[in-house]
Amino acid sequence: MTQEKGEKSINLTVKVWRQEGPVVKGRLETYEARNISTNMSFLEMLDVINEELTLEGKEPIAFDHDCREGICGMCGAMVNGRAHGPEKGTTLCQLHMRHFSDRDTVVIEPWRSRAFKLVRDLVVDRSAFDKIIQAGGYISVNTGGSPDGNAILVPQEAAEKAMDAAACIGCGACVASCPNASAMLFVGAKVSQFALLPQGKPEAEKRALAMVREMDDLRFGNCTNERECEAACPKEISITNIARLNREFLKASFF
Amino acid sequence: MQLDSKQPGGPLADKWDNHIFDLKLVNPANKRKFEIIVVGTGLAGGSASASLAELGYTVKTFCIQDSPRRAHSIAAQGGINAAKNYPNDGDSVWRLFYDTIKGGDYRSREANVYRLAQISNQIIDQCVAQGVPFAREYGGLLANRSFGGAQVSRTFYARGQTGQQLLLGAYGALSRQIAAGKVTLFTRQDMLDLVVVNGQVRGIITRNLISGRIEAHAADAVVLATGGYSNVYYLSTNAMTSNISAACSAYRKGAVFANPCFTQIHPTCIPVHGTYQSKLTLMSESLRNDGRVWVPKTPGDKRQPRQIPESERDYYLENRYPSFGNLVPRDVASRNAKVQCDADKGVGETGLAVYLDFEDAIKRDGKDVIAKKYGNLFQMYEKITADNPYEAPMMIYPAVHYTMGGLWVDYNLMSSLPGLFVLGEANFSDHGANRLGASALMQGLADGYFIIPYTIGGYLSGASIEKVSTDHQAFRDSVQAVEARIQKFLSIKGRRTVDDFHRELGTIMWEYCGMSRNDENLLKAKERIGELKGEFWENVLVSGSAGQFNQNLEKAGRVADFIEFGELMVTDAMARKESCGSHFSEAFQTEENEAKRDDENFCHVSVYEHGGDNKDPVCHKEPLVFENVELTQRSYK
Repeated sequence: MTQEKGEKSINLTVKVWRQEGPVVKGRLETYEARNISTNMSFLEMLDVINEELTLEGKEPIAFDHDCREGICGMCGAMVNGRAHGPEKGTTLCQLHMRHFSDRDTVVIEPWRSRAFKLVRDLVVDRSAFDKIIQAGGYISVNTGGSPDGNAILVPQEAAEKAMDAAACIGCGACVASCPNASAMLFVGAKVSQFALLPQGKPEAEKRALAMVREMDDLRFGNCTNERECEAACPKEISITNIARLNREFLKASFF
Repeated sequence: MQLDSKQPGGPLADKWDNHIFDLKLVNPANKRKFEIIVVGTGLAGGSASASLAELGYTVKTFCIQDSPRRAHSIAAQGGINAAKNYPNDGDSVWRLFYDTIKGGDYRSREANVYRLAQISNQIIDQCVAQGVPFAREYGGLLANRSFGGAQVSRTFYARGQTGQQLLLGAYGALSRQIAAGKVTLFTRQDMLDLVVVNGQVRGIITRNLISGRIEAHAADAVVLATGGYSNVYYLSTNAMTSNISAACSAYRKGAVFANPCFTQIHPTCIPVHGTYQSKLTLMSESLRNDGRVWVPKTPGDKRQPRQIPESERDYYLENRYPSFGNLVPRDVASRNAKVQCDADKGVGETGLAVYLDFEDAIKRDGKDVIAKKYGNLFQMYEKITADNPYEAPMMIYPAVHYTMGGLWVDYNLMSSLPGLFVLGEANFSDHGANRLGASALMQGLADGYFIIPYTIGGYLSGASIEKVSTDHQAFRDSVQAVEARIQKFLSIKGRRTVDDFHRELGTIMWEYCGMSRNDENLLKAKERIGELKGEFWENVLVSGSAGQFNQNLEKAGRVADFIEFGELMVTDAMARKESCGSHFSEAFQTEENEAKRDDENFCHVSVYEHGGDNKDPVCHKEPLVFENVELTQRSYK
């Protein structure tokens, strides 16, 4: 029960996707990561490789990251074919090297999806997610003039379910894991959050239609119930939200 | 330099209302003719962008990440304060005001803090209307919990993700204005300079982080909401890109900087565990609602926590501060943890940690209740440390978390440069020498939703603002200076990486200008930062080129500014010959080792004006006048 419980050093062979820009050809490059403490996070392991590359006069690996505590949604890569790596419910920045063994080979690749254009190395452009939100992922209230916070009662269960859906960090792992590169979990989570709350009801139909239309326009695929998104989601958002999205969408389309 | 705080006259409770009425208005049809630049999309910048656009202004919003939703406000865990008094436990606007002034150790402005307390209630209403899924009681009413420095339950929360949910609310509002064409969004942009034309702030220079292109953007006013500077310490709870460069560029252009040495050390973070570490993780203060802080009574006791019997544990916060117990303010809790560790009572392998124990709470309420309140935090702790807090106590240690200092602003949140407004953590305005928990979210949103929409109108309607485009010489000069600086970084081609410099700066700041300060150490810090700065400009190694996505180059500029800013922090810490809030100067303490203020000589805001490159800054003072509260020795006993 100490902080350094079982700390040891491991050596890894790391194969990383390198690509200077969206229109040039990329390739996997191999690096040796030596003396990696098992208490390091995965991104700290990349930091170590990058420091060495810089000192050797080579260009470090570009990768997105910011809060490094699993909430901003900035980081993410395929690690041995799995979005955010092998641990369930974990972002890449929260994945620790204790989950790897000495002499493992680790393959790191960017999210791959038609709607996420590659920027450089492991960095992709996820602005398509912002566009989906802009299409209707909000409640249309201006600042000021809102009724007292307790004026409308919200059943605890509804608030909890809405919070489960609202926990989405917009990282894109769902899209990267889906064989259809579908954004249904992302859209389902946002539509569900507001469909469950009384405040979101007035625009529920408009929202479901607009967000799905935008998702299709941006060339995300559709859902065929593979459930890969749910398995990869670092916030463990349930595909129940996709079912709810389908219900909201059908309700808005037909009734 | 004359520093006019522009606090309105009249009784405290009427100041804001009177001021709103006194501010000139901009005709609705004219609003669209005014362009406003907002830098930053956290709680302050996001809410400001949305609210200004809703009023009709033409807004250009910039963020450093790939999406406005990722600003570091997202990481705030515990909650947001408001004086709703829903729990019927005696809260009021006055009490929230009083707690905040006292918590800040009487180093903030009465009028600003009172306004913050007044606005707090509107924020909750606004966020509920936006669909923020706050925690609810079974009957459907909003739930509250307690935070440090208060004896009432006034904190609203969304599990341990309150910052995330509030930010997504503001991001939704911002997205709606982007869709409406009222806000133009610029992502992955780093602000590198501020442009001043004829004494008015008229634009910014940015670097497009994808293409490397240097861009000029003009406007009628600029709003900075660029957060704090905890990353001066290298290891902090801030996100990796959180930086001081935007504020530094404003400082160099003449905006004055207030109280740079006021940095908050948060008591409950996961302890440091290795030199490779890039970042510290906070464990929400809300845990102190149910967790009990303790260390072994005997120095050097290396037994496992569960083998140490109750009688041999020192619950030092409960013993020393019986009326606030584990919920003393952050500065007090942090300092006491350091005192215990300095006395060799620290736990864990490094001895730089104390226990935060949930055993009694789990026995009392059951594991399910505790899991519901803190489940995600316990999970995060286990991921990082591989220890299970349901079974063994957490180990925690203080870490740099928030900066109360910031660009100086008046009551209108305008800096000393006309046309430059500063919101949220980036300004200095409301938290004095120590911020209370759950007050940062409150201040960020108060500034963005409910203050700037009024005060910026007052400026725009009153000032005479000529038409200026980015062809103006001032913009060209600025672009040139920014490009020259970038070429300088790339041309040094030294032997030390940017991170290596940053790490050393962090060590200097933490050792000599951290939780406990004295002149000898501060002098050492000054000397070593000077040396580090010299070496940086001769020996830094930056890879790649200017015209590409280059994270190394981005960091080089930030670290250069951190080094320079570190010097200013040390200067301020040396000048403030008293202890107050987060600034603990060892020469000034009571017999019980509590912070000892000197109200006669230091009841002021220390305000620094850039003196020119390699010259000392000029220090100005804004006296703090207290008409409504009595200055007392802060006591949480």
